Amino acid sequence: MSVKASLAIVFGVGALAGSAALAQGIAADIERPEVPGRVVFEQQCAPCHGTGPGDDGSPTLPGTAALDAKYGGDRPGPLELRSDLPAPVLRVILRRGSGAMPMFRKGELTDAQIDELAAYIAATAAANPRR
Amino acid sequence: MSVLPPDIDSASFAAFLEELRGAVGADWVWSGDADMFPYRDSFSPVWNTAEERHASAAVAPEDVEQVSAVVKIARKHRVPLYPISTGKNFGYGGPSPNVNGSVVLDLKRMNRVIEVNTDRNYCLVEPGVSYFDLQRAVDATGNKVMLDCPDPGWGSPIGNSLERGVGYTMPHFRDHFGAHCGMEVVLPDGEIMRTGMGALPGSETWQEYPYGFGPDPAGLFAQGNFGVVTKMGFRLMPMPEYYRTGLITVPRRRDFIKLVNHVNFLSDSGLIGEVEYGSPLSALMGNPDFFVLATKTGGPSDAEMDAAASAAGLPSFQVELQFFGPQKATLENWNYAKDRILSDIPGAAAVDGDHFTLPASEDQLNNTTQPWQTSIKRRRSLGVPSLGAWKIVRDDGHVGFFPVLPRTGEAVFEVQRVLGDAMKEFPTLPPFFNALTMPLFWHTHTFQMVFAPSIKHDDPQHNAITHASMKKCVAVAAEHGWGDYRAAPIYQDDVSNTYSFNNHILRRFHEQLKDAIDPDGIIAPGRGGIWPRRFRA
Repeated sequence: MSVKASLAIVFGVGALAGSAALAQGIAADIERPEVPGRVVFEQQCAPCHGTGPGDDGSPTLPGTAALDAKYGGDRPGPLELRSDLPAPVLRVILRRGSGAMPMFRKGELTDAQIDELAAYIAATAAANPRR
Repeated sequence: MSVLPPDIDSASFAAFLEELRGAVGADWVWSGDADMFPYRDSFSPVWNTAEERHASAAVAPEDVEQVSAVVKIARKHRVPLYPISTGKNFGYGGPSPNVNGSVVLDLKRMNRVIEVNTDRNYCLVEPGVSYFDLQRAVDATGNKVMLDCPDPGWGSPIGNSLERGVGYTMPHFRDHFGAHCGMEVVLPDGEIMRTGMGALPGSETWQEYPYGFGPDPAGLFAQGNFGVVTKMGFRLMPMPEYYRTGLITVPRRRDFIKLVNHVNFLSDSGLIGEVEYGSPLSALMGNPDFFVLATKTGGPSDAEMDAAASAAGLPSFQVELQFFGPQKATLENWNYAKDRILSDIPGAAAVDGDHFTLPASEDQLNNTTQPWQTSIKRRRSLGVPSLGAWKIVRDDGHVGFFPVLPRTGEAVFEVQRVLGDAMKEFPTLPPFFNALTMPLFWHTHTFQMVFAPSIKHDDPQHNAITHASMKKCVAVAAEHGWGDYRAAPIYQDDVSNTYSFNNHILRRFHEQLKDAIDPDGIIAPGRGGIWPRRFRA
């Protein structure tokens, strides 16, 4: 079987829930609204900041673990539960980096995608209020 | 920190940028402090010092024609370009260039998986494709092939292989450059070249026979600066039917020498995948007396280490083996490995590990059922991209020195002692080299060991220690014949200098080539320690 150039078009949108590559960080433990930023989150953020378990017995993924440690319960570790990350804040964090998280370039994550991300994170936080 | 390219004034630079905008569109050219900040090396030990390298601008073409146009514009203005793929080469410079003022040629937008062929087992991709992207494309084929990926999945198969990066499955797939087959390159004059069968119009074997006819220049583009790679093919392993693991322990320190020889045989015979060497004695490093012994200047004696192992009731060393193939074959190969090693090393023991049909389930990927404290990282061992390995990043990042050494137990012991003693000059660093430091069996036929001190953006003294220790490691290792395999731009001259046979003829040869095809240094001057005439002067 040969799958040629159409792959880029078909899979650029990442409609591959359930695949091994996407499964990590996308645990079926919270409600995820179907808004455009969801795909950006799944592809760019979830492998480190998702809600699923980390590799090889780690209870959480590295980004989620780092934020859990940083906030000590004052704020949620998983980004999808954060209600305090509007686009301007998210843009500063992504363009300047934070700790072990390197900076993201406009060539890999556009300002428009960051706006979508912020909207998605706000939507997931609203759909999954902290108890 | 705004900088200009070498030998150009602000007005000419502005005109250059305007030409770039005309070639790729105004949205895909960036300059100025804010947009260029993400092009700094966030893992740099020279962060915020005069040694840090800064790019002046970045340009992101969307196809090979635009790459060619950008190269021609840069050649006209004599502006150095620094190509990056996904820009995730952390620990080795990230997206930052060798030369201050270079313009980063950011290829992330070229993210097409052009072909995945599961009958002939190869793929053809562009530089901006990440391992995550490629896995998604492989998933779409029904997981009929297995990737071989490095630890962080956001890296590029092209970028990683051109850095001679490694993976964790079967030997001939772990060497990512070695597993490539065919490339397309934009040369320093903007011409587009294809290697191997790609040079033959009408050929359908570009990803099956790498050489074509005549000399194969492909190797020049790995860790080099002779062109911009815009497409690359890779051989892929058919998804094995079954995966099996096993653990073998040996009681005495000297047993490690025989153990390595057996594992070499198994690997070179194609019976096993990547292995994880370890020492159960690592559990004793929290004991101050044992820590002093394991880090003793000149190294502990075999008798001292054997006594410590005996007192603790622990084996001295272990190896975790991984088998891929038909279910029956993996079992037979494991039984053969056990028989071979246990019959030759008195006191050696074996433990059966996890085994299951591939592709793995999510639970199997999570790797929580191995009957021993495992060092196998299950996702990477099964070629599934992940960022879970980011948990090893301490502080704000790290740099890496990975010397290449002979695949023998004796060499491992010697590196432990020599570099362990050398690094005592830096007592605040963790003891990377001690009597338990194990080799990494990444590349197909050699060992490497790891030195990866951390960096902190707000602690220049800490970074200065890291920087000095890196340079010392490179120098001391080379005195013993152990060379670094890959380096950040700030260390590439140091490493290149150590490959000095016959008055540096290898580098002089590269310089002659560079002078012939890129005398002005349009493509990454200084990369790989290769400087064109313009910059040597």
